[in-house]
Amino acid sequence: MDAFLLPDFSKLTALISSRDKADVLRALRGENLSTNDLASLLSPAAEAYLPEMAARSRSITQQRFGRVIQIYAPLYLSSYCTNQCLYCGFSAENKIHRRCLSLEEVEAEADTLKKRGVSHLLLVSGEAPKMMGVDFIEQVALRLKDRFAALSIEIQPLTRPEYARLFAAGITSVAVYQETYDPILYKKMHPAGKKSDYTYRLETPARAAAAGMREVGIGALLGLGDWRTEGLALALHLAWLRKHFWRTGVTVSFPRIRPAEGGFQALSPVSERNLTQLIFALRLFDHNVGLLLSTREEARYRNGMLGLGPTRYSAGSCTAPGGYAHEDASAEQFAVDDHRSIAEVCLAIQNQGFDPVRKDWDSCFQKN
Amino acid sequence: MLTIAGKTFSSRLFTGTGKFSSANVMRQALLASESEMVTVALRRIDLNDPEDDIMQVLDRTKFFFLPNTAGARNANEAVRLAKLSRASGGGNWVKLEVTPDPRTLLPDPVDTLLAAEELVKDGFIVLPYINADPILALRLQDVGTAAVMPLAAPIGTNRGLITRYQIEIIITQAQVPVVVDAGLGAPSHAALAMEMGADAVLVNTAIAVAGDPVQMANAFRLGVIAGREAFLAGLGVANDEAQASSPQTGLDFIR
Repeated sequence: MDAFLLPDFSKLTALISSRDKADVLRALRGENLSTNDLASLLSPAAEAYLPEMAARSRSITQQRFGRVIQIYAPLYLSSYCTNQCLYCGFSAENKIHRRCLSLEEVEAEADTLKKRGVSHLLLVSGEAPKMMGVDFIEQVALRLKDRFAALSIEIQPLTRPEYARLFAAGITSVAVYQETYDPILYKKMHPAGKKSDYTYRLETPARAAAAGMREVGIGALLGLGDWRTEGLALALHLAWLRKHFWRTGVTVSFPRIRPAEGGFQALSPVSERNLTQLIFALRLFDHNVGLLLSTREEARYRNGMLGLGPTRYSAGSCTAPGGYAHEDASAEQFAVDDHRSIAEVCLAIQNQGFDPVRKDWDSCFQKN
Repeated sequence: MLTIAGKTFSSRLFTGTGKFSSANVMRQALLASESEMVTVALRRIDLNDPEDDIMQVLDRTKFFFLPNTAGARNANEAVRLAKLSRASGGGNWVKLEVTPDPRTLLPDPVDTLLAAEELVKDGFIVLPYINADPILALRLQDVGTAAVMPLAAPIGTNRGLITRYQIEIIITQAQVPVVVDAGLGAPSHAALAMEMGADAVLVNTAIAVAGDPVQMANAFRLGVIAGREAFLAGLGVANDEAQASSPQTGLDFIR
């Protein structure tokens, strides 16, 4: 199979810059948008049409997904990491209290989340295979799969056989974010560790899909490169995955850089207005993609975006290993900005006329 | 009355339970629809949990419960889900859905046939969701499905009967009930399907995402009744030229 090849990043930037008002209006009228149409919707010329984009995004989202929001929560397994991502609280350079949960501790955390009504669980870990390898994740999956509707992972990139093993153990989906699709900036942001290999990371969602995973999640860390270009590159990646792995669902996340240990400041700050334009543009480009809006964003914004494009919300999140049973904010990956409990998030969703869906999968699907 | 596998239904409107803004709105809409057959995604409910929000509001003495295998990518998964549903008290009826493409949710004809055959042999009452393929409908009928459920348009699209010609062939050939499923976006679409001779229709998205789902459910109820009545009454044939309401043939002189 041919690999995903991203066009030159600066050419994508130039394409977006070339779009004008007429291009935006044409894109807004279109049904099946081309890459050029998407570039138009991501361009500065589209900023004046945010209300029109919102109306279309809302209509498409509610038609395809209904008046529902799927709820999930992350469970942090380990904060050990051999990478030195400049923006991340878990960077090997940072002197933080590190923790790697035992299987029993993972179960205790999972039970806490289960009691709070979580059925879709995202297992997260820093990249330190000696501390948190495939064997351990497999054991976690085998222990938890019958208690949760769906188990996803956001851990270090793995090989295709490793993903196949985890799929067989009960993992349903894999999230791996490229952070930045700009290869030059990527090198600067990831100076050491296995993560410094841009191409290996870029090809990870394809390896996970080829191994049989039901869903892959992609995204760019917003605040590193120019968000418009990152959005276009992300959409090209999404479209490529659609073509090559038609059985695999795809989701997109929109993580904006949050305060974290190390004090990294966004290189290209992304405003809420920018983020909103990006979300609407992606929805108009792909009507069926699942769009995630995490607790990185504050409650006011997440309430406002209900029904307009995103389809999944995390809730009650703690980004420190062991943080659900014992609050320990000093070892977070990043600081969340929506501090409501799962019950409070669900209530807010209900109050706005949407159904917070906690179970939308079943472990029975992939029982051997 | 509509009869499927020996069970009779007064209403020819089947309804889905997805996409509603709350379980309570869903319940009110289903009541307004007067539907007696309600399909529920097994992925969405927990049959073992008495607190499950959908199961709590669905009075199973009022609504006949049709579990569906939505999300299954192949025959094995669909068969496994159906068996687990039966083992958990979900009954032996199943709406068979095998949809390997999460983007379009179009049904896989090959694995649907394989799963149907296996489930029928295992004693299930199988209602398969299919593309509007007349030969596939016949093949499914031959393996013993209790009905066939061809789509009017891809699920959730509200586009109406874009497969109309194929569905007409299916209706003409079928010996089992034909339930037009998916893509019906307006009561007029449902009425048209019934006028064509469909035995029933299944509607979800058009009701669930309507401005007022309860009112829309009632509108579909009326549309289905109107379409069925028209079918039974015998529709006039469309003509390209005007025809007088009181015809004067001019042939009265013939003895």
